[in-house]
Amino acid sequence: MTTPLAAINDFVVKFANVNGSGSASANSMFAKAVLRMGVPVAVRNIFPSNIQGLPTWYEVRITEANHLGRRGGVDLMVAMNPQTWDKDVAEIEPGGYLFYDSTKPMPASRFRTDITVVGVPLTAICNAAYTAARERQLFKNIIYVGAVASLLGIEIDVIETLLAEQFEGRDRLIKANVAALHMGRDWVADNMGPLGLQVRRADAVGDRIFIEGNQAAGLGAVYGGATVCAWYPITPSTSLAEAFTSYCQDLRVDPESGKANFAIVQAEDEIASIGVVIGAGWNGARAFTCTSGPGISLMTEFIGLSYFAEIPAVIFDVQRGGPSTGMPTRTQQADLIGAAYASHGDTKHPMLLPMDPGECFTFGALAFDLADRLQTTVFVMLDLDMGMNEWLTEPFSWDDTRRMDRGKVMTHEELESGRDFGRYLDVDGDGIPYRTYPGVHPTKGGYFTRGTSRNPYARYSEEGSVYVDNVQRLLRKFETAKSLIPAPELRLASAPTRDGVIYYGSTGPALHEALGLFESQGRRLDALRVRGFPFSSEVDDFLASHDRIFVIEQNRDAQLRTLLMAENGGDPYRLIPILHYDGTPITARFIVASISSLMDATQPPGSRPLREAAE
Amino acid sequence: MTYIAKPKLHHPALAPNALGFLRRDYEGSVSTLCAGCGHDSISSAIIQAAYELDLPPHRVAKLSGIGCSSKTPDYFLGNSHGFNTVHGRMPSVLTGANLANRELIYLGVSGDGDSASIGLGQFAHAIRRGVNMTYIVENNGVYGLTKGQFSATSDRGSKSKRGVVNHDSAIDMVSLALQLGATFVGRSFSGDKAQLVPLIKAAIRHPGPAFIDTLSPCVQFNNHAGSTKSYDYVREHNEAVNRLDVIADRKPIEVDYEPGTTISVTQHDGSVLSLHKLSEHYDPTDRIAALSYLAERQAAGEIVTGLLYVNPEPGDLHGALGTTDRPLNSLSDAELVPGQSALDQINAGLR
Repeated sequence: MTTPLAAINDFVVKFANVNGSGSASANSMFAKAVLRMGVPVAVRNIFPSNIQGLPTWYEVRITEANHLGRRGGVDLMVAMNPQTWDKDVAEIEPGGYLFYDSTKPMPASRFRTDITVVGVPLTAICNAAYTAARERQLFKNIIYVGAVASLLGIEIDVIETLLAEQFEGRDRLIKANVAALHMGRDWVADNMGPLGLQVRRADAVGDRIFIEGNQAAGLGAVYGGATVCAWYPITPSTSLAEAFTSYCQDLRVDPESGKANFAIVQAEDEIASIGVVIGAGWNGARAFTCTSGPGISLMTEFIGLSYFAEIPAVIFDVQRGGPSTGMPTRTQQADLIGAAYASHGDTKHPMLLPMDPGECFTFGALAFDLADRLQTTVFVMLDLDMGMNEWLTEPFSWDDTRRMDRGKVMTHEELESGRDFGRYLDVDGDGIPYRTYPGVHPTKGGYFTRGTSRNPYARYSEEGSVYVDNVQRLLRKFETAKSLIPAPELRLASAPTRDGVIYYGSTGPALHEALGLFESQGRRLDALRVRGFPFSSEVDDFLASHDRIFVIEQNRDAQLRTLLMAENGGDPYRLIPILHYDGTPITARFIVASISSLMDATQPPGSRPLREAAE
Repeated sequence: MTYIAKPKLHHPALAPNALGFLRRDYEGSVSTLCAGCGHDSISSAIIQAAYELDLPPHRVAKLSGIGCSSKTPDYFLGNSHGFNTVHGRMPSVLTGANLANRELIYLGVSGDGDSASIGLGQFAHAIRRGVNMTYIVENNGVYGLTKGQFSATSDRGSKSKRGVVNHDSAIDMVSLALQLGATFVGRSFSGDKAQLVPLIKAAIRHPGPAFIDTLSPCVQFNNHAGSTKSYDYVREHNEAVNRLDVIADRKPIEVDYEPGTTISVTQHDGSVLSLHKLSEHYDPTDRIAALSYLAERQAAGEIVTGLLYVNPEPGDLHGALGTTDRPLNSLSDAELVPGQSALDQINAGLR
C-alpha cells in the first residue's frame, strides 16, 4: 500500500468536468478561496473547442512557495466526468486522492489500489434537495466545492464571503448557494476525516491581483491611449477585445456628453480588422487588433504595407496550437517567426514578449508608444496559457506624469514655418522619418501613401538606388528599435558558469521554479529572459559569454533559437533547443528532466544537438 | 506619375471659388492613364465638384485600392493626403481613417475589379456599417492594368476584345449597395459630366454611405462592338431617371422646370438636392421601388442612371458607436489615460 500523500499548501487539485455544466464558476470560486486564505494558486483551464458536452478540466496548483508554472501530475482528482474517468484516474500521482460521486456504485476494477478514494453521494444529496434539473446540475457544483473545501481544510466562511460578493444584492441566490455549500461540507464532516492534503492560512499572496493576460492586455490598450479597435472573434484572443470594450465603457465615456472616446468595430474578418487599424493609424489614432495565428496569416499583406508605408499598428497575437486550425484551445509559442517576418518581401517587425498579465498590461500600453515612435506594426505576443488563465501578478501601477509618445509628427506650425517635409527623409539618422496627419495644412505636408517604392519625398520611383536607400533606412530604423524594446531580464546563477538558458513568455514561471531545482542539484545556469524583438546588445553579450545555452520554447521548430541565429549570429551548435509543444503549458519538471539529461550526457562539443520531444 | 509636375500657370480669366481657390488648386499630378480613358473624366468631375463645393482642398482624404482606377487619386486633389492601399481592401482602411478623424471628407475610389471581385466583401461591409464616405466605383467591366480579363461586372454574353464571350453573371453594384443599406446611391457615366458632377457634389454632402457606380469605358480593352461597357453601348442604352442640381444652403432654389416635374430633397446639412424628373413616376426616396425599377429596366437592357436613391436623414457609423464629436486622433492624455486612481480600484476588484 502506497503511503497517502501528505502536504500543506503544496499540491495540485484537478477538476474534471463536462463543459457547459456551470462548473467553471464553482471551480474558480474554489481557487479564489485558497487565495483569500493567503495561499498562492496557479490555475489552468483545459478546455475543448466546443460549447457544451465535451470534457473540460480545471487545474489548481496550491503553492505557498509561489511556483506559478504548471507543475504536472495531480494529487487530488475531482472526477465529475464519467467520459474521462479512466484517463483521470490514471493521472493521479501514487498516493494521491480521487474524489467522486458515489451515488452509483462503481466496480473495484475502475479504481486504483495505490490511491485514496473519497466517495461522496453528490447526486443523491442533490436529488433529495432539488427537483428542477437545472438546479440539480448547478447546485451539484457548489455541493462538491463545499465537500472538497471541507476535506482540504479550506475555511467555509471564506467561500461564503465570495458567494456574497458574486451575487451581491441577490439575497435569495446567496442563501441558496450557501445552503448547497453547507450540504457538501456537512456530509463530509459527518462521514469522513480530512485528507492528507491541507490548505492552511498563510501570508504569501500579499497585495497581488488575480487576472487573465487578455484582460490585462485590454486594460493596457486603454492606458496606451488606443482609441480604435477592430477585431474578429477567434479563440484565444476574443476576451482581449471584450476586456477592452468593457474597460472603455467604464473608463472612456465622457461624463458630460455620454459619448465614447473610443470606437470598436467587430469586423467581417481579420483582413478588414487590420485594414481598419492601418487606416486609423495612418490618420493619427492609436489603433489595434487582437487575433491568433490564423488571423496573422490573413493579415500578412497589410502588415507588409504597414512596414513599407510606415504606418503605426499594434497587433496582439494570443498564440494557440498551430499550424492551420491546429489545437485551437491549447497553448503554444509557435507564431514567433510568422510574426517577426510577416508578409512578402524583406520585412521584419518588432515584438514584445510579455511573461505574465503584469507585463501584458505594461507591454500592452507600451506597444502604442513604440508603434507611433517606430511607425510600424508592433506585435504583442501572448499565448493561450497567460491570455485565458487567471494568473497571480503584481498590482497594476501607472506613472501619472507619463505622456503618450506620439513619435515624429510634423505639425501645422512647423510646416507653416517652412520646415522641409519629406515623408521618408531620414533627418535624424535614426531611420525614422517625420509624418503628417491628413488634413494638417492647406498646401504643405500632403503626400500620397503607397506600398510602392518611392523617394524620400514620397514620390513614386522604381530607381534601384532609391529603393535600396529606402530599405536600408528601414534597417536603420530596426536598429533603433533595439534601444526601445524592453531589455532582457538576467538572472545569474549562484556561481559563475558558462552554461545558460534563454527563455521568454509564459515559460517564465516554470523556468524560475526549475532554476531553484537546478541550484539545489548543484547545477549552475545563468538565465536570460528576452522580452522583445529585435534583440538588444545584452542578448549578444549573453550569447558571447556562454558556451552552452539551452533555448526553452513552447513550439516544435525552436523559433526563438532561429531568430537568435538569424539576427544575432547565435552559434547553432551552442544553442540547444528544449522544446515543449503538446499544447499543455510547460512545467518545471519537464525543463529539469530535459536539461539534466543533456547536461549529464557527455556530449562532445560541436555535435548536433538533439531535439527533445514534448512530455 | 507624381514626378511629372504640372505647370502652375493658369488662365487669368479663371475665377476663384468662395474660399479663394482656383480649379487648379484641386488638381493633382499628370495622369498616366491611356488617352481617352473614362477614369480621367471622372477625376476631372471630382476636381470640378470639389471646386464648386468650395471644399478646403486639404480636408479631403482620398483612398483607393489597386488597379487603374485606384491610381487616379494621385491625379486630383494634390493637397489632400491620399492612400493607395491594398487590392480590394480600401473600404476597411477608409473605415479606420474615418473612425480616427470624423471631420475630414472621405473619398474612396475603386474599380470593378477592386470592389466587385477581390474586394466585394469589404465593399459590402463598409456600406452596411454605414461609413460616412463617398465611394466611387470606376466601372469598366475589365481588368485594364493586366490587359483585358473580364471583371465581375462584365455582363453575361458580352464579348472581350479577343472575342471571348463572358459566361458568368454580372454583379450589379448599384443593386447591392441598395440592398446593403447605402443611403445615397447613384449611377452615372464618365462621358456625361453634366450628370456626374452634381452627383458627386451631392454624395460628398451626404452624411452617410454614398455610392456612385460610374460606367467608365476602357479605351484599350473594352470599347469594342460586343462590349456592354463601351462609349457607344452606354450612350445608346443610358436611361437617366433624373437631372440633379445641388444647391448649397441658404441659396434660393431656382426652378427651371415645369411645376410637378421637380423633387427637392433637403439633406441633413441643409444642402438641397433639386431633381428634375426625366422618368415620370421615379421617386428616389423609395428604396424598394428603386430596386424593382432597376431590375425591370435592366431586364429590358437599359442602363438606369441618375440619383437612384437618397435617404435625407441617414445615420452613420459614428452615430451607431456613439463616438465623441471630436476627432479621436485629437484626444489628449487626460481624456484617454485613466491614471493610477482608476487602477487602484481595478486592482481592488481583482483580489
